[in-house]
Formats: sequence, C-alpha cells, structure tokens
Amino acid sequence: MPDTRPIVDGLFTDGPDGPRLLAAHCTACGKPHFPRGPVCPYCGEASCVDAPVGPDARLCLYTAVLTRPPGYRGDVPYGFGVVELAGGLRVIARLTESRLERLRPGLPLRLVVEPLFTDDDGRAVLSYAFRPEAG
Amino acid sequence: MRPVYVGGVGIHAFGRFADKTVTALGCEAVRAALADAGIGRGGFQAAFCGTVYSGVAAGHKVLTALGLSGVPIVNVEAGCASGGAALALGAAQVASGRYDAVLVFGMEKMPRGIIRSSFFEPWREEAGLAATPAYFALRAQRLMLESDVTVEDLARVSEKNHRHGVHNPHAMYRKAMTAAEILASPVVCDPLRLLMLCSPNEGAAAVVLTAAPSRVRVAAAALRSHRAGSVLGEHTPMSGLAEDGVPAPTEMAARDAYEEAGIGPDDVDVVELQDTDSGREILSAEELGLCSRGGGGRWVRDGGGEMGTRRPVNPSGGLLSKGEPLGASALGQVVELTWQLRDAAGPRQVPGARVALAHTVGRGANACVVVLAR
Repeated sequence: MPDTRPIVDGLFTDGPDGPRLLAAHCTACGKPHFPRGPVCPYCGEASCVDAPVGPDARLCLYTAVLTRPPGYRGDVPYGFGVVELAGGLRVIARLTESRLERLRPGLPLRLVVEPLFTDDDGRAVLSYAFRPEAG
Repeated sequence: MRPVYVGGVGIHAFGRFADKTVTALGCEAVRAALADAGIGRGGFQAAFCGTVYSGVAAGHKVLTALGLSGVPIVNVEAGCASGGAALALGAAQVASGRYDAVLVFGMEKMPRGIIRSSFFEPWREEAGLAATPAYFALRAQRLMLESDVTVEDLARVSEKNHRHGVHNPHAMYRKAMTAAEILASPVVCDPLRLLMLCSPNEGAAAVVLTAAPSRVRVAAAALRSHRAGSVLGEHTPMSGLAEDGVPAPTEMAARDAYEEAGIGPDDVDVVELQDTDSGREILSAEELGLCSRGGGGRWVRDGGGEMGTRRPVNPSGGLLSKGEPLGASALGQVVELTWQLRDAAGPRQVPGARVALAHTVGRGANACVVVLAR
C-alpha cells in the first residue's frame, strides 16, 4: 500500500505467512542477532545469513511505559519487554498489552506489524510489536 | 609503573543551577581541587575531562576560562562511567612516568526528564524503544524473578541511601524517607517507583593525580566495555542470544581492579557504587562481589551497606540522593572516598576506612572500578 511505510527498512516483513523479524544467523558460531549488522556481533565473522524469525514468541520480562519517552510517536501507555523467539533469539520490543495483570513470564506471544503513528506526509508508519495469543 | 596518588579533590554540589553554565560548574570544581592540591598554573601537565552532554571542547573551555590551557586536554565520553574513564586515562599517564601530575575533572548539565540519548537511532526513539527507565525496570524484574529480591527490598535500598544523603551538603536531596513513602510514590515503570530512581542533574568534580606521595593512593583504575551475549544491559540495542555465562562489564572491571590492587571484596571498607535505580544497587553489589550472586535480597534485608556495618555502601547517599550528572558522578565518588580515607568525611565518616571502591556503569556499556587505599 503506498499510504504506509515501515518505520525503517530491513527490520521486518509481513507476507501471507504472517510477519517475520529479519534476524541473522552466524554460520561460524551459530548465534542469532537482530537487527542484522555488518558482521556477527558475537564472533566478528562476516559469515551471517538471513534467518527470518517469527511470528511465535514467548514473554520473558515486561513492564509498562506510562510517560511518552523522547522521540516516541505512538500512544501511551504501552507494554515493553524482552521476548524470546525460535532459536533462542531475544529481542527488546513494544508489547500491544500494557495491563500488567494480563502479562506473565512465559506468556505465548505473536509478532504483529501494525501502524504506530502517522508521519508528516500523512503516511501510516508500520512497526513491529508482540501481542498476547488469544485465549 | 610507579604509584599514583590523589593530590587534591574538589566538587561542585550536584543539583540544579539555572544561573550557571556547565563551564562555570567545571571551573569551581577544578579550582577547589587545585587549591586542595596546593598547585596552580604549571602544576599539572595534562588534563582529562569526562562529560557527555557538554558539547565541543568542553574541558578546553573550563581550562581556558581559568588561564590553565596550553597542556594537552582530552574530553572523555564513556556514558555514566565518563569520569571514571577520565581518571583511568589520567592515572595511566602518571603511572607510566609520562607526567608527574594530571588534572582529571568531570561536569554535566543534564537535560530534564527522561534522558534523550543519541545512543538510540531515530527509529528506535520513534518506536518507543528509547524508554530508559523501562530498561532499568526490566533488569529489576529479572533480579526479582531470578532471586528472592522483592519490591520492598528495592524500597529499602532507596531508604538507606536517602538516610545517608541527609548528611551530605553536596547532595541534591537531603531528606530521609521511609520505605512505605518510597513504595507509595508514583510508578514510573513497574516495579520501579519514582523514589527508586535517581534524577539526572548538574554538577562537577575534579581530582589531581600525582606521582608525589600523599595519604591516598590510586590502587587500581579499571575500565571495561560489555561483551556480546546479554540482551539486557546498558548496551541494549543489540538483541541476540542471552547467555547467562557472559560476565557483565562490572564483573570484568571489578576482577581487573581487584587483581591490580591485589585485594578482594572482603578487603574493602567503604564503597560508592552505581545506584541509578534501587535494583541497580543490588545488581552492582552482586557484580562487585559485595554479596553472593543471587544473595542481594538477603544482603539488603540484613542491613547490607548501612552505615555502622562492616562495609558501608554509598555513605554519600549515592546517586539516589545526589542525582546523576553523568560526567561528574564517578569523580564525585572519588572525592567522597578520598575524604573518607583522609578521615575528613564528617558525619558520613566510616571509622578507620583504609580501602575504598568506586563503581560506575552505564551506556556503552561501560563499567569503571576505582580502588583507593591509604
């Protein structure tokens, strides 16, 4: 859709199978990282391959952000946490749920790509977040 | 390498000073340190200035204003450990014999509110990922999930540091408060309440390092950055595989410092450590070996770090009482500990203190551990 854009290129895709984070996997040391860097941040080897991951995840740590942090253009409050994806990749991410009583360690989550704010050109800016699985 | 001594110390109180520039703050601390050391122009051969938000050639502006320029001046940025990094660089110059005296100072005028940091790329800010207190909250939550630390323990830490800070004329907050009051203060990011977080503020501190023997010796000054492997540290924008076996930067810096000083944590009599938030104090205590890993909750409940115990922690009141001017905070610790080792800390004095440890950790991630001995 021409009236949307990703918050930045190279972070995520959203296809028929659902969204994925564009993580990388190092063929030298076997470790994943996200967002993809020039080399593996663990071993320094330039031997990383694309390894998209998602949409299933589980919640590790969480809190709620109540006051708008510097530069943030979405709504408050919002959830904020560390989530773990397949292969052990852990990422810092926004959570769609900010009511702490609805969050707990180990909670199954699903990656979503959704509009976060509208930019100065009137385009909806898409970002990624994690949403608790229904039920 | 030859021994390095603290020739003099000076501080500008930490707080908010609307009518003073950061240069003015720096000038006051530097003049106080030079007076304490009994030196003036020509009394030092190089200067290192720790600062984060002060802009171009900030240290040069201070020494120019004081008629002390001409020597090499280097501005040092290492996040919350900037002042410690400046001290580590300065100490190495004296130890190596390159210079006989070096001026180290740090200063800051922090913006108000949640710190805006160019550490975060614009998209991370827009996406809400630059919420600094939220990272502290997640780390505190991890501490609570992985050990028996409770939110009441977090309140106890803040209660202790505020009780200590009452006696510090250089602190921003000098009011004792109860754990109940702290728990009742507004939630910033659960589990952290407002009174469990330090305030970014303004201030300056300065230290003269010399080869000439004095009462206080710099026994170690170790600086480390993080290693990949922990998703939740001060280096947070990198997300990856969490590996519990990877030591935190504080653990690495502490190991280096203890080795350099030839001591262990049990030999330390007084500590000033990074208490950006209450959880950070407990984590710092564990990482520095002041208590066992996972034993931080019990350490707090047993009165760990209180004045009158074997090894008081943050007798100055810590950052929770003083506030945190990034470039100045580490040197503020060194000023406090130098007074402690000179038996000149007044109502905050830890009787008979002989070995002191200063610790800062922050963005980068950077961690610095300084050991002073008399």
